[in-house]
Amino acid sequence: MRISTLMYTFNQGFKNIFRNKVFSLASIATISSCIFLFGLFYAVIVNFQYIVREAQSGVAITVFFDEGITDEKIKEIGEEIKSREEVSQVNYISADEAWESFKEEYLGEYADGFENDNPLEDASNYEIYMKDVSRQSTLVQYLESLEGVRTVNRSDITADALSNVNILIGYVSAGIIFILLAVSIFLISNTVTIGISVRKEEISIMKLIGAKDFVVRAPFVIEGIIIGIIGSTLPLIAVYYIYNNVIAYATEKFTVLSDILRFLSVEEVFSTLIPISIAMGVGIGFFGSFSTVRKHLRV
Amino acid sequence: MIKMEGVSKSYSTGAPALNCVSLHINKGEFVFIVGDSGSGKSTLIKLLLRELTPTTGQIAVNGCELNKLKRRKIPKFRRNIGVVFQDFRLLKDRNVYENVAFAQRVVEIPTRQIRKNVPAMLSLVGLAEKYKAKPKQLSGGEQQRVALARALVNNPPILLADEPTGNLDPRNSWEIMKLLEEINKRGTTVLVVTHNREIVNAMRKRVITVKKGMIVSDEEKGEYIDED
Repeated sequence: MRISTLMYTFNQGFKNIFRNKVFSLASIATISSCIFLFGLFYAVIVNFQYIVREAQSGVAITVFFDEGITDEKIKEIGEEIKSREEVSQVNYISADEAWESFKEEYLGEYADGFENDNPLEDASNYEIYMKDVSRQSTLVQYLESLEGVRTVNRSDITADALSNVNILIGYVSAGIIFILLAVSIFLISNTVTIGISVRKEEISIMKLIGAKDFVVRAPFVIEGIIIGIIGSTLPLIAVYYIYNNVIAYATEKFTVLSDILRFLSVEEVFSTLIPISIAMGVGIGFFGSFSTVRKHLRV
Repeated sequence: MIKMEGVSKSYSTGAPALNCVSLHINKGEFVFIVGDSGSGKSTLIKLLLRELTPTTGQIAVNGCELNKLKRRKIPKFRRNIGVVFQDFRLLKDRNVYENVAFAQRVVEIPTRQIRKNVPAMLSLVGLAEKYKAKPKQLSGGEQQRVALARALVNNPPILLADEPTGNLDPRNSWEIMKLLEEINKRGTTVLVVTHNREIVNAMRKRVITVKKGMIVSDEEKGEYIDED
């Protein structure tokens, strides 16, 4: 392809946007609405997941040992637990550490009466954190089967609740993504159909003059990509401002819940949202214009 | 230059649009194809442009056998044919210069060359002064002249004109016909589909009459034959 033809193609792609202002605005509005909804939904979902993940990481299983167990055996049990795939972290709490922590938390100055006695001398334990709390029962079953393990303490209700929330978020995400996709396809195909009537004549003239398919298609595809970039940038700016303000408001108004409600920073959300949204916009613009023109190339 | 042998074209419904048509048009000829609406004239033009393929029969245009022509070779084939329509088919959002230059741009002529060719072609059709005008600012006759300039700017050896005077008053119709005659004198083979009796009878060119998809007469210096 000649450079002059390439330049002309790019030039026409830009000019087409202004030539068909109504169509361009309708296309930008359609893509923007879909990506705006997607952006809001994405921000909510990733924050939900973050909150649940944070909560999950705080759920621990505690393993206590048989009386008179040797330090070597405790170490051996520790190594076996660490090698499990579902385990993310294992902390050893010695009997002294357990007693110190208990005194600090519950007894305060009344602990002096115990002098050097440690009523929790059999309370050394492993505190185990998991990667995925839904696998807690499997891990507990395994831990209980280990030789030298006396008791395994866990909170089934918390683990079950968190894994149920996780499953629910998965279903809701899938459902909303499906609805959003269906609405986007419907809106975009309608907009493209309106665009076809404007372009049909132009494409048929080009074809009858002897233009190759590539030359006919290129300006439309460039136009589609530009519309896609604009259509995805505008909602990203809107979501950026909305997200920043909502997070600031929620953090300020609900300080009581600050331990539970911890939000992702705007940078963390947008480092993924920007490439996904722009790829979606460009993809919709590219495939929308490509398929629209394709239907009319058989002249 | 144009050769059709036993060409028939049937659509999914109704009688065949063309029925076993054979014709030969030589290089440099000026030919009228006449007939009433629905006689098959437009189908004939579409077949010559390879917009349609015949149901049966062979077509060769400018040495190219259209039955064997692959889809990807169609653009190159069409660059040898200029085409003009009754409804002009100009790009309404572009000015006269851009409409004519468009034909050169899509076939990848260098910009420097376009800047020379387009004004020359606009001078030939008498619109050099109106190169900045948009189609809606022009009369029907002027719009058809722009369409003609666009059809001819790539120097095609064949010009197909489908009812070129169908939307024009008698004065403008004559001007377009004089232009077509002038272009023919320069060596371009011209094929005009029309049902304008006055023009056909006055110009005394070869006239092929099509009726119900068949050629009923083919005369040198012929006249328009009535349906009845």
